[in-house]
Amino acid sequence: MSELRERIQDVIENEPVALFMKGTPQLVMCGNSDRALRALREAGSPVTAVDILANPAIRQELSAISGWPTIPQVFVKGELVGGADIVEELAADGELERTLADKLGADYRASAAERTVSLLTPA
Amino acid sequence: MATEPLQSLLQQAFPDATELSVEDRTGGGDHFQVTVATPRFNELPLLEQHRLVNEALAAPLRDGTIHELRIKTKGTE
Repeated sequence: MSELRERIQDVIENEPVALFMKGTPQLVMCGNSDRALRALREAGSPVTAVDILANPAIRQELSAISGWPTIPQVFVKGELVGGADIVEELAADGELERTLADKLGADYRASAAERTVSLLTPA
Repeated sequence: MATEPLQSLLQQAFPDATELSVEDRTGGGDHFQVTVATPRFNELPLLEQHRLVNEALAAPLRDGTIHELRIKTKGTE
């Protein structure tokens, strides 16, 4: 397994909520990434963002791991939730908040920080 | 890309669809909204419904002719 794939897997498995997106939360480069980020923010979710535009290999490895072809991709506790449409749809009917509470604990909002990690520099 | 090739890929994948549409959101031929309703989705989680639509459109997604895809899926119940 490549080092990059290991780092991607590490983010998916160890971050409470991982968002693989185009751009960063500060500079979003795609409408769908923006929709997913907004839905997570509105649900009060923690967000660990990874900018897949940093290196084309990230997207290839990510899709190989998840079996999901498009960006963004949202994972909660290591499990793929979906892309922008699914996250938005789940947020609209309150299902996203229920999932976050189930998986992260009812007080998930209290520790909901937003951060960006780079996969290109070793931790 | 026009909407017709995508429409026909979806029709092949979901021959029993009760609703199936492809909309070019920007007129530029690369941002699409697809809507699929089929009884096959009735008992399927949202993630799996979207996965089937992605699979039906795998080729145009892979070669970049679809730059942005929005998906709306529905069951028929």
